Amino acid sequence: MENSINIDSILELKDVSVSYTPGKLAVNEVNAYFKPQTITAIMGPSGCGKSTLLRAINRMHELYPDIVTTGEILLKGQNIFKMNPMKVRRLAGMVFQRANPFPTMSIYGNVLAGYKLNNISLSKTEKDEIVEHSLRSVNLWEEVKDSLNKKGTFLSGGQQQRLCIARALALKPELLLMDEPTSALDPISTARIEEMLVELKDQYTIIIVTHNMSQAARISDNSMFMYLGELVEFGTTKQMFTKPKDKRTEDYLTGAFG
Amino acid sequence: MKDKIFRASLFVAACLIIILTASIVYGLVSQSLDAFSNFGFGFITSSEWDSRNDVYSALPFIMGTLLTSVLALLFCIPFSLSVSLFNGEYFRGHRASTILSSVVDLLAGVPSIVFGLWGFYTLRPLMVEMGVNEQGFGVLLSSIVLAIMIIPYASSLSAEFLAMVPNDLKEGAYSLGATRLEVIQRVSLPAAGSGIFAAYVLAFGRALGETMAVTMLIGNTNNIPHGLGDTGNTMASIIANQFGEAGGLKLSSLMAIGLLLFLITASINFIAKYIMKMVRQ
Amino acid sequence: MKKSFTSTTRFRLAKSSFFFYLVCGFSLVTLIPLFLILWELIRKGYAQFNPSLFTEVAPTSMEAMLAHISGAPIPGGILNGITGTILILSLAILFAIPLGITTGVYLAEKQDKPVARLVRSLSDLLQGIPSIVIGVIVYIWVVKPMSSYSALAGSVALAIMMLPMVIRSTEESLKMLPTSLKEAGLALGGSYATVVLRILLPSAFSGLFTGSLLAISRVMGETAPLLVTVLGATTVNWDITRPVSAASLLIWEFYNDPNLAGLIWSTSLLLLLIILGINLCAKSIAKRWKIQ
Repeated sequence: MENSINIDSILELKDVSVSYTPGKLAVNEVNAYFKPQTITAIMGPSGCGKSTLLRAINRMHELYPDIVTTGEILLKGQNIFKMNPMKVRRLAGMVFQRANPFPTMSIYGNVLAGYKLNNISLSKTEKDEIVEHSLRSVNLWEEVKDSLNKKGTFLSGGQQQRLCIARALALKPELLLMDEPTSALDPISTARIEEMLVELKDQYTIIIVTHNMSQAARISDNSMFMYLGELVEFGTTKQMFTKPKDKRTEDYLTGAFG
Repeated sequence: MKDKIFRASLFVAACLIIILTASIVYGLVSQSLDAFSNFGFGFITSSEWDSRNDVYSALPFIMGTLLTSVLALLFCIPFSLSVSLFNGEYFRGHRASTILSSVVDLLAGVPSIVFGLWGFYTLRPLMVEMGVNEQGFGVLLSSIVLAIMIIPYASSLSAEFLAMVPNDLKEGAYSLGATRLEVIQRVSLPAAGSGIFAAYVLAFGRALGETMAVTMLIGNTNNIPHGLGDTGNTMASIIANQFGEAGGLKLSSLMAIGLLLFLITASINFIAKYIMKMVRQ
Repeated sequence: MKKSFTSTTRFRLAKSSFFFYLVCGFSLVTLIPLFLILWELIRKGYAQFNPSLFTEVAPTSMEAMLAHISGAPIPGGILNGITGTILILSLAILFAIPLGITTGVYLAEKQDKPVARLVRSLSDLLQGIPSIVIGVIVYIWVVKPMSSYSALAGSVALAIMMLPMVIRSTEESLKMLPTSLKEAGLALGGSYATVVLRILLPSAFSGLFTGSLLAISRVMGETAPLLVTVLGATTVNWDITRPVSAASLLIWEFYNDPNLAGLIWSTSLLLLLIILGINLCAKSIAKRWKIQ
């Protein structure tokens, strides 16, 4: 199982393509690999396929029968398309653009939602431990510890998004996929989440889709630039922002389009 | 000038609706006074219906109505819930759901009396065969037909509320590794819960007031039904059955039953509408 | 913890797909009654489906019995029922649609004014009243004072049942129009009445039309309120102050008279086909309208 080729990559994409309608590729033969405990930012103008690529990694596209994904995605050396989709999704936690705490569950219940949905029974102490630990890792514990039984939807936008991150972390995933997690938030909430992501890097591998270049520059180790479904450039963030190899990347970073 | 007349006529039309409703309530109340003053509170609590001695009461029919409607609701749940999941969750926006929902909608168009005929000629012999009772008439037969009649009401509204559950929520649950069933159980149904509940309350209200089919199938006996095989009468069916030959105190008693039926269905509908209003906000 | 993940996963997936097939199964079963009903009506009713069904009045019990004894098909038709239904429905449409549309316009214009909110709730209340209760009320209002059952009484009952549906569909189709439409009309100097009558109502026409069609199809098969208001008649009658028959009432009469039972099926088939036809028609109009 661990006899993978590239021992220091946690995730490898091989010729990954995604199409919404037959013949039109939204993501075109992307190849990439991701090192553990790094933050990788995927950038690009809207409609370039960055979210589509991200959602291929936890097989989210399979919820919609018209979407076809081809190629290979290796998670710790294992082809995810040969695994059970539910297991893939547990190993690759996802945070969405709009915070989506479950409205019928309390804050406490939301953090444990992954266990509840997977029908895993836990003892009361295990539950308390997971809730506290997950909320602490998103710096939300101090703010909500006295109102754990309130509905998650009562929180502010930024708090809701951190709750959703805690919900994903509670399942102890290998990867954290984030789809423009701060695009709907104010600058202060955004800053808090960015801060937190840098702290989380010690334990998790994070892939974050963002249209905010300065965000990518602030927090990511590596950056990918996508344009019209193609992966144009992939390298360290520092290198990409200082010496982009491709003309299109340079145009994007200097604000020529997007 | 023209505008004034126009605005006035709009207002008059609206007032006519108010007057119409008020007169319906007034009519029911004034006509049933006789029965209530004669029998007092006992009209609702006693179970005697005797035309020869001019003694009437509503209890057997209230019980008959509640029993058949509750049973109908229970029978319809597995089917209407399946239809609403089919249309609002599994096949939302697909051809299959368009076909299923239009056929189920057509079911709502079938007149009550045709349901009655079908129940009488097709289902009743089945009841006899199954040994429910000798004639086949009764509570079970009526509630099965009622259940079929209310499926469209329960399912189309529930499907609407299920379809309104935001996709982000469901994706959130899938991203945590849930199966489709688990997403339905833990996310979709709870999120659409109060709306679905309201849909069933509305369907229940429908069942309470159904007249012709029940009149043809329940057996028309003036007793409190005690089981599935028992015959009885509902509030609607006793009125349909006995109204033609009624006068005096009996007419007033039938009107009083009409008033009670009106009050029950109105409050049921009010509850359902109230829940739906809360949900939509 | 890892172990419990993998060992139960297959079971959970199996459970999920089992539930899916269960839902599909129950949904398909729900389709059966409609087709069973249609099949039963066609199987038993097609033989009686002949021109005389539309040209002759319903036979008496005696005529039917004699025909039955001699082995001939039951003579006569349901002309009195068809004309009665047409008479009652036309009157009901005459009462309900103008009043319903006017009230609907009022509600769409006044939105949240107290009177509008009251009228909206009352319209919901009207919709929920069981048809038999409306029947007995109209009996008290119309039949008793006129001391005769009449087509008029029946049409009042059906009109009350149609009203909430017409009001609702008017209000909703008007609300779906962009506000700019009204503003544009007023900006061109049109009076309020002209804008509503010449611009808003015609723009919302297909919605109004669909709503009215559905309301008509909904009351067309009603039997209970007619039972206590129009009674029934053996001849064709166009006098609105006298009892008439109706298609649904004839079904009830045939059902109660074993000699006439043979006519139940053709009559029900005709009624059901017309109602389902109107329904489908209304749906297709609504669909085409939404796409535009």
